[in-house]
Amino acid sequence: MRSKMKTVILAIAFLSVALCLDSGCGKRQDRHARIRISGSTSVFPFVEMLAEAYEKLRPDIQVDVQAGGSTVGIISARDELCDIGTSSRQLHEEEKNGLKITEIARDGIAIIVHPSNHVDSLSTEQIRDIYSHRITSWKEIGGDDASIAFVTREEGSGTRGAFCSIIMKGVKIATRGLVQDSNGSVREVVVTSPYAIGYISLALVNEKVKTIAVDGVSPTHENLVNGKYGVVRPFLFVVKGEPEGQVKSFIDFVLGEEGQKVLTKEGLLSPLNK
Amino acid sequence: MSPTKDRFISSILFAIASFSITALFVIGLFIFIEGFPIILRIGIGKFILSTDWSPLEGRFGILSMIVGSLCVAVGTLIVAVPLGVGCAIYLSEFASKRTVAIIKPAIELLFAIPSVVYGFVGVLFIVPFVRTHLGGQGHGFCILTASVVLGIMVLPVIVGMSIDALQAVPKVYRDGSLALGATKWQTTTMVTLRAARSGILAGVILGMANAIGETMAVIMVIGNAVVMPNSPLDSVRTLTSNIALEMGYATGEHRQALFATGVVLFVIIMILNAMTRYVTRKRIA
Repeated sequence: MRSKMKTVILAIAFLSVALCLDSGCGKRQDRHARIRISGSTSVFPFVEMLAEAYEKLRPDIQVDVQAGGSTVGIISARDELCDIGTSSRQLHEEEKNGLKITEIARDGIAIIVHPSNHVDSLSTEQIRDIYSHRITSWKEIGGDDASIAFVTREEGSGTRGAFCSIIMKGVKIATRGLVQDSNGSVREVVVTSPYAIGYISLALVNEKVKTIAVDGVSPTHENLVNGKYGVVRPFLFVVKGEPEGQVKSFIDFVLGEEGQKVLTKEGLLSPLNK
Repeated sequence: MSPTKDRFISSILFAIASFSITALFVIGLFIFIEGFPIILRIGIGKFILSTDWSPLEGRFGILSMIVGSLCVAVGTLIVAVPLGVGCAIYLSEFASKRTVAIIKPAIELLFAIPSVVYGFVGVLFIVPFVRTHLGGQGHGFCILTASVVLGIMVLPVIVGMSIDALQAVPKVYRDGSLALGATKWQTTTMVTLRAARSGILAGVILGMANAIGETMAVIMVIGNAVVMPNSPLDSVRTLTSNIALEMGYATGEHRQALFATGVVLFVIIMILNAMTRYVTRKRIA
């Protein structure tokens, strides 16, 4: 008798939990038409600005933006969990299946050091040697006699992927590097450590860190626009199938004059084919 | 209160209790379903005993992280046990009621501080201190720093459980010892501490489990390099920080391997919790 009652109550508990979950997900406000965007943490702040500008233009449309990483963005676009996925790296061949990829901007990657560091310029080879732990002291490249703390991003990060293909060119990043999980925390480590070196999105460089010229070219806006500074990666929108309706009009807005103005004002570059 | 109403309330409470068990069961099941296939495919030995973690090239070895987690846990205990047990002895045996009324809530308050705040304080103060005074490969982001930060974090657990254990020792033990001519300190070390041994040990093990499970503060101060440590000043990566760092961008096998890391973590924590229970049960028996 008692055990039967327990079973019944247990069943009710399960059901009520299931119901709660269901109603939570199923409820949708239909007052506004929605565009759901999810993906790269690097692209996130810029898409938020675009969303804000777009909502001003089209008050009937609401743009929801979430950050979870490039891979999350690509997967959610594939599984149609969102309308637009964002990525800060090129897609792998097996990921491209059925997805329409649009480059919305390009972003420079800056090599940064502590402002007190005397080193101003490094060649691509030197940066590669630092990250593969063949150069271990600043003394070897014209700085103080102190060991180098090189800071990198976690495996799978879009920024790391871009850094690897542009700078490392197949050479592995040594495992003894410090690993941080966002542009901001890489910058924080470099700000607090006099002998650290790191790489972050150029748009996130501030006055507390010093950028390094790569092969003699400093990452100024001019050098980025004229293509002299080579450490540049794409920001991508990924959509399942051909974009249509609201999604298409949002992408058109982003690629159009007003959208690009928002992005370039924040230090990004317009896509090459535009 | 009528018996029917009584039974009704007890059934509701039972349902609530079963909910938390269900949650534990579902989480456990989910981690194992996601993570176990890849462990079997790679081979348990290779997964646990290899130090080569190159997820994008399909090589998954987490030995350096298991070692990292254990080093941090041991380091934490080295910091927290003398502080925690010492504090508990003082509060339980020597301090006046007024002192206890001030210090005990203050220590319990440590528990309420979010771990990201500990991490932030660690990055701003302890990391630069270790870097300038001790140096080392990790440039301040190292096992030692993490141990100090975590040592303070787990203090409330160790202090709380040690005080409970000390105060559970019957007063007659102490009175008997004092009557035999022992000093207060002799009574504490030779009688009270021995009687409370298993309870204190349980607190220490629980603190260790907390240290192994902590993620946010550790990520911020330990540097997360995937290497076998040679000294307390080396940067390492722990099991928890590996999952939290890479989950955002992981797909396919990489993602499964992170769940598999979770399986190993789950097993370690379960063993530690079982040890806590075993140790406390022996005390009651």
